[in-house]
Amino acid sequence: MKHYLLAMAGIVKRELMRFIHQRERFIAALVRPMLWLVVFAAGFRAALGLSIIPPYQTYISYEVYIVPGLIGMIQLFNGMQSSLSMVYDQEMGSMRVLLTAPLPRWYLLLCKLVASVMVSLLQIATFLLVARLAGIDFAYQGVLQALPVMILTGIQLGSLGLLIASLVKQLENFAGVMNFVIFPMFFLSSALYPIWKMRESSDWLATLCQWNPFTHAVEAIRFAFYGQINVIALLVVIICTLAFFLTASWAYNPARRFRAGRTANA
Amino acid sequence: MSVSQPTGTNNALSSSTDDTEHAALNISKLCFSYGSRHALEDVSICIPPGEQVMLLGANGAGKSTLFSLICGLFAADAGSININGRTLLDGAAALAPLGIVFQSQTLDLDLSVEQNLAYFCALHGIERKAARLRIEHSLQRLDLLDRRRHKVRTLNGGHRRRVEIARATLHQPSILLLDEPTVGLDIPTRTELISYIRALPETQGCAVLWATHLIDEIHDEDRVLMLHQGRVQRDGSARQLCRDAGTANLSELMHQVMHP
Repeated sequence: MKHYLLAMAGIVKRELMRFIHQRERFIAALVRPMLWLVVFAAGFRAALGLSIIPPYQTYISYEVYIVPGLIGMIQLFNGMQSSLSMVYDQEMGSMRVLLTAPLPRWYLLLCKLVASVMVSLLQIATFLLVARLAGIDFAYQGVLQALPVMILTGIQLGSLGLLIASLVKQLENFAGVMNFVIFPMFFLSSALYPIWKMRESSDWLATLCQWNPFTHAVEAIRFAFYGQINVIALLVVIICTLAFFLTASWAYNPARRFRAGRTANA
Repeated sequence: MSVSQPTGTNNALSSSTDDTEHAALNISKLCFSYGSRHALEDVSICIPPGEQVMLLGANGAGKSTLFSLICGLFAADAGSININGRTLLDGAAALAPLGIVFQSQTLDLDLSVEQNLAYFCALHGIERKAARLRIEHSLQRLDLLDRRRHKVRTLNGGHRRRVEIARATLHQPSILLLDEPTVGLDIPTRTELISYIRALPETQGCAVLWATHLIDEIHDEDRVLMLHQGRVQRDGSARQLCRDAGTANLSELMHQVMHP
């Protein structure tokens, strides 16, 4: 048991140190959501009217509405990016050292996912700090209540990334994942606009949004910040996390990619 | 010392049961293929504790595939691998007595030497206090103590290799796999590293399986496993193999094996 904890602590520490050393990555992770919050939100707030919907008790500005969605966005990008590297680094690099540690593979993958979530929490903390300094009136006091939910959603999105990267060989780079996974998931969710708003223009798009696991991740985070539990969203997140992680652990196989490459060359 | 098979085509070793039970590494009838191409066929190797064995083969002979199977990255199509008497089928814990230096760079360039080593200790369940002592001892032995806080990115190729070797021995493995550890190094660095590696069975008390395609790294008295087209073609001391084949040196013997 001690060995398991030491390994988890070691992996998390390493990921955090790497993130801190890579200033460009830190800034890039911050710029993306801030751009949405400051630039896009300014344009959208005039075009989008928001009614009072749970968990909000009163009218809120568009900037306030999209903060949970942007937190989800940080986790989505971070989860996909780190999961992709976990798959593509298995033939070389530090993943080989990790995978040859005397611990079960599923546990090592879980450690990596948790480490990636910790990095995303650092990004989220910085994002919220900057948002507060920018005068966005968000439910910052709910951050501690939202913390366990954000850990869960982080593992959910990381597991999804790991599963996709393990199964879909065609997604060779991050650009492919951006176009075919991240953007559809992000735009077809409740991150930027409530689902009822989407339903006004397209019923089937709204249904797609409802089936999108990312929508439930965002809603779980949104409610948690206001001290509430969205039971359906939370259940979907838990079930998806388990399903994605178990399937990803099964699908993650360094030999498969290597074999495929060698077979193609043979 | 395990028994060397006579120079020949069958690569199964005629080790006794006792030898294989106490072997640091015992591989039996191992097979692995990439699609229809057989990368390893019926490979059997037995390495007793503390022995150094040179795995000689040209590029593509199957050395790296063999290492990937031994360290559990790949699963064999057939055959078994035992490390210190424990089969890899028992789970990842069987990898605990195994140290590996991969051919490709596996250090984290953005972290310091010390941080890289501490990370490895955590993966192997070595507690912080013990880890600190082992890291210090190991860096001292490899003359890297003054570089402990340097980022790996700032080190030259030779120093990086030394750090990889230091890392692979931190958990005091009973078998150390070295996959072409001297490739890409300049001559003085290579010479220095070779003498360090050669002393490992004595200083660390571990067996060493050292993959190379550089014949000049092999001494006459070394046990050599010659791998070609996924099969162990020869197993014995370099001197004996040359004598049996009637060749002047290993280079000629290798040519003979590759172009029968």
